[in-house]
Amino acid sequence: MTDVIIIGAGVTGCAIARELARLDCKVKVLERASDVCEGTSKANSGIAHAGFDAVPGTWKARMNVEGSRILEDLSKELDFPYRRNGSLVLCFAEGDREKLEKLRRQGEENGVKGIRILGQEELQKLEPGVSRQAVAALYAPTGAIVCPFGLTIALAENAAANGVEFHLQTRVEGIRKTQDGYRLSTSQGIYEGRAVVNAAGVYADWFHNMVSARKLRITPRRGEYCLMDKQVGNLVSHTIFQLPTAHGKGVLVTPTVHGNLLAGPTARDMEDKEAVNTTREGMEEVLKKAATSVREFPARQVITSFAGLRAAEAGGDFVLGEVEDAPGFFDAAGIASPGLTAAPAIGRYLAGLVGAYLSVGKKPDFVAVRRGIPNMEQASMQERRRLIAKNPLYANVICRCELVTEGEIVDAIHRPLGATTVDGIKRRTRAGMGRCQSGFCAPRVVEILARELQKDPGEIRKADPGSEFLADKGEW
Amino acid sequence: MRKDLVIVGGGPAGLAAAIAAREAGVEDLVILERDARLGGILNQCIHNGFGLHTFKEELTGPEYADRFVRQVQALGIPYKLHTMVVDLARQGVHSACPVLVTAMNQKEGIYTIEARALILAMGCRERPRGALNIPGYRPAGVYSAGTAQRYVNMEGRLPGREVVILGSGDIGLIMARRMTLEGAKVKLVAELMPYSGGLKRNIVQCLDDFGIPLRLRTTVVDIQGKERVEGVTVAQVDEQGRPIPGTEEEVPCDTLLLSCGLIPENELSAALGVGMNPATNGPFVNESLETDMEGVFACGNVLHVHDLVDYVSEEAAWAGKRAAAYLQGSLEEGVGKVPIRAAGGVRYTVPSSVDPGRMEEEQILRFRVGNVYRDVCVEVSAGGHVLYSRRKRVLTPGEMEQVALKRAWLEQIPEVQEIVVAVNNPAAS
Repeated sequence: MTDVIIIGAGVTGCAIARELARLDCKVKVLERASDVCEGTSKANSGIAHAGFDAVPGTWKARMNVEGSRILEDLSKELDFPYRRNGSLVLCFAEGDREKLEKLRRQGEENGVKGIRILGQEELQKLEPGVSRQAVAALYAPTGAIVCPFGLTIALAENAAANGVEFHLQTRVEGIRKTQDGYRLSTSQGIYEGRAVVNAAGVYADWFHNMVSARKLRITPRRGEYCLMDKQVGNLVSHTIFQLPTAHGKGVLVTPTVHGNLLAGPTARDMEDKEAVNTTREGMEEVLKKAATSVREFPARQVITSFAGLRAAEAGGDFVLGEVEDAPGFFDAAGIASPGLTAAPAIGRYLAGLVGAYLSVGKKPDFVAVRRGIPNMEQASMQERRRLIAKNPLYANVICRCELVTEGEIVDAIHRPLGATTVDGIKRRTRAGMGRCQSGFCAPRVVEILARELQKDPGEIRKADPGSEFLADKGEW
Repeated sequence: MRKDLVIVGGGPAGLAAAIAAREAGVEDLVILERDARLGGILNQCIHNGFGLHTFKEELTGPEYADRFVRQVQALGIPYKLHTMVVDLARQGVHSACPVLVTAMNQKEGIYTIEARALILAMGCRERPRGALNIPGYRPAGVYSAGTAQRYVNMEGRLPGREVVILGSGDIGLIMARRMTLEGAKVKLVAELMPYSGGLKRNIVQCLDDFGIPLRLRTTVVDIQGKERVEGVTVAQVDEQGRPIPGTEEEVPCDTLLLSCGLIPENELSAALGVGMNPATNGPFVNESLETDMEGVFACGNVLHVHDLVDYVSEEAAWAGKRAAAYLQGSLEEGVGKVPIRAAGGVRYTVPSSVDPGRMEEEQILRFRVGNVYRDVCVEVSAGGHVLYSRRKRVLTPGEMEQVALKRAWLEQIPEVQEIVVAVNNPAAS
């Protein structure tokens, strides 16, 4: 019997795990995939929203603003990429100014600091790349961008370093209430816990509905994105949103923390909770709408496209807290946008509830600080020299587009919760995320993974079982 | 460290440039190569057909590379392997060494070289799936043709058993045959355009001879399979290249290979700030293959994508020779730059300008056309005078063309403002 079982190792589950790691209790995280950050957490806008979007008084509003406040310090504590670049909501019609004003008032009510409305001239001065059609904009200086993988993996590693157990490739199949907690049947056998936290993303309704009579319904709302080459990464410096118009909700255009330009997402309700495929219509919509925000939008500079599924709960808000008719079962469900921003706040809130339920105190030896993998591309000349002197593998470039070295890849494999897949390496080091999209480095990464994990290259996978890179297992 | 000449890249272009520079008297030079051996992409091109122009015999890629590597070694030209150039930067205009090269490798760590002259010879890369906007899932099993080639030919591994190839570039055609010979089933090669981007001889020898269908005006509109590719959907396209609804066909397969074009790898050139030609994605160069930055030369696929390595070697040797002349102060004064305009179906020319005062007797102009043309004339003209005209039965975008521009022609015309290379009567087929 463990104290807490968390279902799901996305950003929400990992944030809760990291906060629970401060407490004197035994925590296990069950994740169906081969790595953390394999669901919605890996495919989103990478935005730390300022918090003017959510309706005042909702969980979304509260957690967004709190998360936005926490993230900057957390990025230093846990060493993940974060940049406060400010955001702009563009208004394209004089008649829509009132909507902009309403957004501003909503933001102020939510407690967002420093937001104000800019006229066209001031807007063009602040962000010369935006469309001249924009007549005004809401400016939120606290808007920021964050690396979603960096954040999730940092939370997970720090949790693991403080004693949280991650059980990967462990799919929860059933949950039953027992005398002193819950019994979970999984693809890896039975797990028992005094408390359960449901952070299962688009599947959170399934698990909730196994223990509660008050049903949740989560609709996967697909969002498609296009990622642009770093050559055009500084086309705009702020995150550019569009005010919803009669023609529908707009898309955002933003620089990423890694220097690319990102456009998206679309919004389409799906039946299938696995429908992370992109579509021609979706990509065309993204590129078309992005071009209305930004002048000379470089649609030909796309290096990849992807889709993520927002876990949209029927009630429209996050579902947070202990389930009324299931004591000891805690939901962190319906975590759609602004879930990435809110995750650190949700982590604190849920860990507080669970800690009180279990009546556990603080762990004296919690280590809050985590250092990430060195980043040769970002490092100064002096820092590069120091790293190479320590380990010459830092001079052996494997991914030429993103300048990722063998040293960084080997680090990614041997850390707590180390990478075991090519995607795992990609999200920890950025090898393969550049403009050639792993054409050159994938075979080298496979080779290094095989060597370090003492496997045959034929066993090395892109992600989950079945995604082997090679069609032979060395017998060919 | 200071060097008279730094050559970035030890593939066919870098090797030929180094040999020519040394033979022209450059003692203090070095080749920087990121891979474990010299020869570049030739090392994985184990098929034959290389060297017909250069050596009048048919060699494999590694054999062709070996001829040049042996010369480099015989001439004692220094080279560094496993060495990545991470930055090229301009030094002050008054510096004797205009370029600062930052490189690193495991043995020496990270270090800089001040270069009096530089030859860019970094080659090119393949266009990835993302740049092609192919919708669908993102499973394992989608590879560029060159990645698959490396797996099969250098690592002895099979990337897939049931294969669809998108794009009929030469690497895709070569890999259709290669995968077939290794026991994989290549179901079809789909090509968006109404013509193949590859050499005619490769279509015959790699597809026709093995009964592999080539479907023109066809593209991949969906990729199925969450973990590994389970199939792709192909569809015919209209004149604008858009899929025609109702023509979709599902093709079960475990692998999709992409051979949809090559992109000169010019990120370092861009960092250095040399002027780039949007038609080639390579630097603008003059008759000496010198970029718009003095002392910086370019050759091979980083300059423009070639069809045959023989032409790369020839071009690179010229760059090496001219770099040597630059270093020795023997580059002619010149009489002024004359731009070359590509017109009427000609997409670009390399070089894009010549200085008649710096030309040899003959200057090779290389170019590609933008469409398939039949029974046309390739014409070179200046100041209203046709300098050269030759009938061509067929011109295709997949094959590079060349014209030898003679200095004598230009000398006949007073004050040449512009040279025009055009396809005459371009009736697109």
